[in-house]
Amino acid sequence: MKYMLLMTGTKADFDWYAKWSKQDLQAQFAFMHAFNKELKDSGAFVAAEGLAFPDQAKIVRAGSDGTPITDGVFPEAKEFLAGYWIVDVESPEEAYKIAARASAAPHPPRHGPRGIPENQPIEVRQVMSGPPEELL
Amino acid sequence: MTGQSVDVPIEHVLRDLTPQVLGAVVRRFRDFAAAEDAVQEASLAAALHWPREGPPENPRAWLTQVAFRRMADHIRSESARRRRESELAQEAAYAPESTVIETVPEKDDTLVLLFMCCHPALTPPSAIALTLRAVGGLTTAEIAHAFLVPESTMAQRISRAKQSIKNSGIPFQLPTTEEQAQRLRAVLHVLYLIFNEGYTSSVGPELRRSDLTQEALRLTRIVHNLQPGDTEAAGLLALMLLTDARRRARTSAAGELIPLAQQDRALWDKQQIAEGVALLSATLPKGSVGPYQLQAAIAAVHDEAARADDTDWPQILALYDLLRRMSDNPMVGLNHAIAAAMVHGPTKGLELLDALKADVRLADHHRLDAVRAHLLELAGDHKGAVMHYRVAAGKTGSLPERNYLLTQAARLSSELGPMNEQE
Repeated sequence: MKYMLLMTGTKADFDWYAKWSKQDLQAQFAFMHAFNKELKDSGAFVAAEGLAFPDQAKIVRAGSDGTPITDGVFPEAKEFLAGYWIVDVESPEEAYKIAARASAAPHPPRHGPRGIPENQPIEVRQVMSGPPEELL
Repeated sequence: MTGQSVDVPIEHVLRDLTPQVLGAVVRRFRDFAAAEDAVQEASLAAALHWPREGPPENPRAWLTQVAFRRMADHIRSESARRRRESELAQEAAYAPESTVIETVPEKDDTLVLLFMCCHPALTPPSAIALTLRAVGGLTTAEIAHAFLVPESTMAQRISRAKQSIKNSGIPFQLPTTEEQAQRLRAVLHVLYLIFNEGYTSSVGPELRRSDLTQEALRLTRIVHNLQPGDTEAAGLLALMLLTDARRRARTSAAGELIPLAQQDRALWDKQQIAEGVALLSATLPKGSVGPYQLQAAIAAVHDEAARADDTDWPQILALYDLLRRMSDNPMVGLNHAIAAAMVHGPTKGLELLDALKADVRLADHHRLDAVRAHLLELAGDHKGAVMHYRVAAGKTGSLPERNYLLTQAARLSSELGPMNEQE
């Protein structure tokens, strides 16, 4: 079973990340490098990409004549994709374990709504597969 | 370079002989990774020499001899390296002075290899990858492509599987006769998984997955030929033949799934059905009827009905009754409920579904909702059917199945009219 692990954040999250100390950034780079290597070594790795900051993100719709209409003004609360992994594992529980490892990536203290320190949320979604064995 | 005309048959010969030769080399030298390299080199040598000089009288002996020689070279250079490094003269434990080929029946070597690759100590993905590589002779790239993962990921799985074999001390010989039957169950299970993978692996919008099912069929045929007395090996081969026979009717030109009842039966492979039925008919009277034979028997009843309405549901129900006593797989319970509904009416089927809901393995499974929707539709409760088709669509991990379930819901809800739509 393949799962996509998505890391998202609001504009405030990205702004916060851009202000990390060198030490914090290096700890995170090292973690991600080791984490990806671990996924590859275990045979679970399918794909992973990191996306550029959402500053230049655009929402595109086709106008009535098919030409692109772009919109780059977003509400503060909008969640942007920061990056993703696709892993091939045997159960959803295994995917959750991998997501929890990604969630626990080192970061400077960040406090949730009630002032409690929080780890990065990771959204876990199943990648759709082919047809089932037999259909009634 | 070799000419096209001789190239193809040599490839086939090599593919069939590789597991036998690899089995012989592994059994003798006990080093899986090095044995694989040696056999690959021997195959390469064959591909170069045979078209020029003509194939040898005994291709298997030729390949084994070359592979043995390569292994001996490998061990000599390894021990020379070790000697240089440690300055401690070590005799290579198994280095043969000559390359005399043992007279072991060739079929046993393929079996040794299968038992090793499908060992219960390996995880299913490792066993599958190793079996396709070592016994099936597929390249790592081909296996990776079939499972839609990067080649490096598949290479890693295969190398981990080899490492597990090395660490676990899995013996490199034929198990005792008593053990063989048990170990054969593990082999059949891996082949069954490969076959199913052909249907269920991620494919995106396209449904071209026959490569793995074909490979599973080929390997199961080999196992059946090696162990013709094993009724479950025969049962699994029959099941695969009878299921795969419906392949062309299973999807529309647009890639949509077509359920059994609506398939164009003219597209079914008659020859393959005949082969499966003949094999099953020859096997069932031998006694010791297992789950694969029962599943094959059910597939045969479906395949033998000229029209969906001709399906002998009482017989299918009786077979599911038997299967249910052998297996606690909840999917068997679901199919049993469908068969009961076809024989005794949808109300009976819905009652059985209520009983199945208590099974935690099924409670949240989309199939339970899909079957309920189907039976509610048969019972005339279209509103309830629409709701359950949609619930099932929300839970399934299969894209073609979701498309199918949403289409069912849409068809019924348009019949109901907008007044009856409740959102």
